[in-house]
Amino acid sequence: MQAIGQALALALSLVLSGDGDLLEIVGLSLRVSLSATLVACALGLPLGALLAISRFPGRNAALIVVNALMGLPPVVVGLIVYLHLSRAGPLGFLGLLYTPTAMIIAQTILITPIVAALSRQVLEDLHGEYAEQFRSLCLSRTQTVGALVWDARYSLLTVGLAGFGRAVAEVGAVIIVGGNIDHLTRVMTTAIALETSKGDLPLALALGIVLMVIALGVNALVQGLRMTATRQAYA
Amino acid sequence: MTVKLLGSATLAALLAAGAAVAQDDAIIVQSTTSTANSGLYDHLLPMFEEETGIDVNVVAVGTGQAIQNARNCDGDVLLVHAKPSEEQFVADGMGVERFDLMYNDFLLVGPESDPAGVAGMEDAQAALEQIAGSGAPFASRGDDSGTHKKEMSLWSDTGVDPTAASGEWYRETGSGMGATLNAGVGMGAYVMTDRATWISFENKGDFDILVEGDEDLFNQYGVILVNPEQCPSVNAAAGQTFIDWLLSDEGQEAIGAYEVDGQQLFFPNAGA
Repeated sequence: MQAIGQALALALSLVLSGDGDLLEIVGLSLRVSLSATLVACALGLPLGALLAISRFPGRNAALIVVNALMGLPPVVVGLIVYLHLSRAGPLGFLGLLYTPTAMIIAQTILITPIVAALSRQVLEDLHGEYAEQFRSLCLSRTQTVGALVWDARYSLLTVGLAGFGRAVAEVGAVIIVGGNIDHLTRVMTTAIALETSKGDLPLALALGIVLMVIALGVNALVQGLRMTATRQAYA
Repeated sequence: MTVKLLGSATLAALLAAGAAVAQDDAIIVQSTTSTANSGLYDHLLPMFEEETGIDVNVVAVGTGQAIQNARNCDGDVLLVHAKPSEEQFVADGMGVERFDLMYNDFLLVGPESDPAGVAGMEDAQAALEQIAGSGAPFASRGDDSGTHKKEMSLWSDTGVDPTAASGEWYRETGSGMGATLNAGVGMGAYVMTDRATWISFENKGDFDILVEGDEDLFNQYGVILVNPEQCPSVNAAAGQTFIDWLLSDEGQEAIGAYEVDGQQLFFPNAGA
């Protein structure tokens, strides 16, 4: 318990002192995980929408696979991305291993299934309500998806946040493909793992607290945007 | 439209992320956790980087993984501590040449209560045998790192096969030195560690050094340039500059000058 109090005090002083190294690490964490979330939404939302409104043979199997991929272990994703991006691997010529780009790729693979599976569920439920109306209006498939996504935009925002939460919290993938290199690929979670292995548990915990505050901040920001938008809509 | 927009945003994000990291004068050093966690690189690299303008990016993993990564050409310089594996690496043509760089020693640390009664012993093998005989818990790295390789070679000299008791008194954590020390302290198990990691480790609990000073506990670090003929991506010029600097009088003095809590962690021996 004493350690937790110590960590809280340390977290506070870290944040208040505006430590340059900490800001760099926080900045990279946000850059990597927000980029991964953006890419994952660009890939996962259309895929989820497609699965939500289409009927095709093998659809059930596809749903099971996408849902199961939500449980992808980060360390396995890291390993697979490493094997591809390694100089000895098929994409080694790109020289991307141990760069933030490699970390974005790994986190994107990790959270795209989450975005796809959750948005599929949200959009399918909504489609169930509106399907007849859409048919009577003779909407094309693209128009249908557009209408569904717009109507479900706030739920989909939460889907995006779920993806972001998973990305910013994982350590297994980024430590393998990023290498936890100081001033280059060190992010919050790999810094926490490093301090833990140094036995500096209060500092590790303090960094953990800072990470949770950042996640809280991102969520609060999104919630704020959403409330402003809702108010405007009903004003 | 939306899809197109998102697509180009995706591309832009990836390109922006990639652009920031491509630079010529940077090398990747595949190295061990002991050198990184003890703060040695934080002490050495600013001097080297200021002098040469070469950025050194350290990937700190176990020696086994570091060598494997270097075999995949994912590094320019290898700085580890398992001489037989390093010599094999060079013999296989993956490394240009191996140089002795510095040394320190391994220690056996354990709880104050010392259930196996090994405190003060100077014969590492005898101490291990005594621990095995007493059935007191022993936490091993179990990760093919330099420290793990050394520990296994000590066991094989004693004739005891500890892995037969894996999961009982012999506990293989399969993790880094720090994580294994955390586990050892947590369950009151003996641990073999390098001195640098131990001195800079901050979660010692009631653990203390119990066995030290055996010649067999010698811990030699070596440095190798990854062979550019095998790995065209290797930045040989910058990598060689880094190795030359480490082996120079200046680099060696810098290594010897590094202290934690008033104790020297690494002893340079490049010329020896």
